[in-house]
Amino acid sequence: MTTTETPPTGAVPAAEKKNWRTSGGVRGWFGRQHWAVRTVLALVFAAVAYLLPYAGDVPVLGPQIITEGIDWPSALFNMSYYVLLALGLNVVVGFAGLLDLGYVGFFAVGAYTVAMLTSPDSVLHTEWPWLAAIPVALAIAMLSGLILGWPTLRLRGDYLAIVTLGFAEIIRIFATSSETLRGDRGFSDIPHPPGSYADGKPIFGVADATPYYWLGLSVIILVIFGVRNLDRSRVGRSWLAIREDEEAAEIMGVRTIKYKLWAFAIGAFIGGLGGVMFAGQQGFMNSQTFILQFSILVLAGVVMGGSGNLFGAILGGALISYIPDRLRGIEDPIFHTDLFGFRFAIFGLVIIAIMIFRPQGLIPSRRRAMELKDREKEVAPQ
Amino acid sequence: MSEPHMETPQELDAANARPVDRAMPTGTVGRSVGEPELSGGRSGDVLLEVDHVTLRFGGVVALNDVSFSLRKGEIFGLIGPNGAGKTTCFNAMTGVYRPTSGGIRFQGESIVGKKKHEITRGGIARTFQNVRLFPEMTALENVMVGADAHHKTSVVGALFRLPRHWQEEKAGREKSLELLRFVGIERRAGEVSRNLSYGEQRRLEIARALATNPTLLCLDEPAAGFTPAEKVELLELIRKIRDTGVTVLLIEHDMRLVMGVTDRIVVLEFGKKIAEGTPAEVRDDPKVIAAYLGVPTDAA
Repeated sequence: MTTTETPPTGAVPAAEKKNWRTSGGVRGWFGRQHWAVRTVLALVFAAVAYLLPYAGDVPVLGPQIITEGIDWPSALFNMSYYVLLALGLNVVVGFAGLLDLGYVGFFAVGAYTVAMLTSPDSVLHTEWPWLAAIPVALAIAMLSGLILGWPTLRLRGDYLAIVTLGFAEIIRIFATSSETLRGDRGFSDIPHPPGSYADGKPIFGVADATPYYWLGLSVIILVIFGVRNLDRSRVGRSWLAIREDEEAAEIMGVRTIKYKLWAFAIGAFIGGLGGVMFAGQQGFMNSQTFILQFSILVLAGVVMGGSGNLFGAILGGALISYIPDRLRGIEDPIFHTDLFGFRFAIFGLVIIAIMIFRPQGLIPSRRRAMELKDREKEVAPQ
Repeated sequence: MSEPHMETPQELDAANARPVDRAMPTGTVGRSVGEPELSGGRSGDVLLEVDHVTLRFGGVVALNDVSFSLRKGEIFGLIGPNGAGKTTCFNAMTGVYRPTSGGIRFQGESIVGKKKHEITRGGIARTFQNVRLFPEMTALENVMVGADAHHKTSVVGALFRLPRHWQEEKAGREKSLELLRFVGIERRAGEVSRNLSYGEQRRLEIARALATNPTLLCLDEPAAGFTPAEKVELLELIRKIRDTGVTVLLIEHDMRLVMGVTDRIVVLEFGKKIAEGTPAEVRDDPKVIAAYLGVPTDAA
């Protein structure tokens, strides 16, 4: 991740140059480092991420990280689309401050579009390759974001949350009951991404999920670049201004409806991308995939990681996928069953603990942290 | 609307009887002694025209057939006791409220029913009575939001970092720093705006409003809560703004401040205009003295 800072204007003393950097997009410690340091750190981080499928081979530490008995590359791939979803939801909730409880809806739109266009089970009988379906799926996901956004963005806070919740449920119920979307029977034989090795074996096969993880990781890196560019521009400022004081923002010339719609559309686009990846790896999907829990889980990840912070969202998204998986094969001392059965209870406890001890999230956005501090002050009489 | 001294509607009507010529023969702009004359041609043209505006909230008449007009290049005062409808008038002018009847024309064009951001881009900027900054954004970012109002590139430009977007960001940042310098808080550019002192926040709001390139700047009680020394500085700033060619509309409580800086004044009470004229004229107007100033000795 190279960082290109605008060359500062000449007249400003060096002390102030530094200040802008913290006000950039990726906040906090990382943002204050010299660009070369940041580049090296980012490259190291990316390299480690790409090597994660081999984490099991690392002596001592390796076995602690991976979960025994599950397919580690598959777990990593699952993490990658959770991270993707968290990144997308972070744009909507973290940046623009629009509470979207139905984010899984866009994931579903992306996945179902791919399934409809590629699966032999589809009534369309198009049976496109996976790659060809992507642009259509993303366009439709984005469009669904606009369609949902247009009538609802005049709502605020809780009301918006309820409508988005309804949206996701409508999609799920429609998928369950509609003959076209095949309900529980779902779609099978969704093609995998293209490409084959020299010996003719496909790169994206069924046996090894590692290439899928790498693909997911690459997509994530692209998305990070895109979202970061947006965050550090007038778009990010507009979103933040809307979150802080919508009316004042509009009076200062911000086209609030336009930018809220963009937030929704971009969120939907990234969510759809997650769906596309998911469909391409699984090869099969049905309406059970898109339960409400999923939306809540991703939202929990964003909040837990640090709403409004890219790295926070990434960490949160990874954890919501990793923690439940990690519990597999661990026996609880009381009932002697697999802890995986208690995953949501444990997960809930973890979230409660984080909310008590670190309410701004694990890697907070500098701003959110201050908002919370301020609220504390309001509660505690001075 | 709780007023210190209530009057009957009859009295109010009588108070409003002062004839007002909306078109106002141009001539010289009334100004207090010692003020520099404006460079020719700029003054005199009507910039904003409030034309028989009435605004009701249910049964409450917040503005009752108010008419006045602002000329280019002047500092115009809108005064009146608490609840007289000054801020309501502001809100009608900036698109927050829509007048029940009557028209508002800015540079000859009606702005009634226009969206708030359209009005801002059209050239009317404002500050708020209670400071409404974006508290978690830095001072610089706050001003840049205002500067963004006239930028063309948006999501696509930002996403791919197109050269034009790049230029706009750079120009916006430089302009914003310039404005922070202009209002005297450039040292705080990188500070989150909630951490600024009250006076700095007020100045920042002015800088943010100026960043939208306004033709008309509306300041809603900019001196509220200021010490006398700060007020003097603010007067300087307002004059400086006017000297850059921006027309200033000032809502103010502090008579001394208003009298010192404005070219013309409109006095509102209970949503009605009761007087209009130069500070000297308004100061001596018995209706104003009776309705607003209470006792004459306060009028200085």
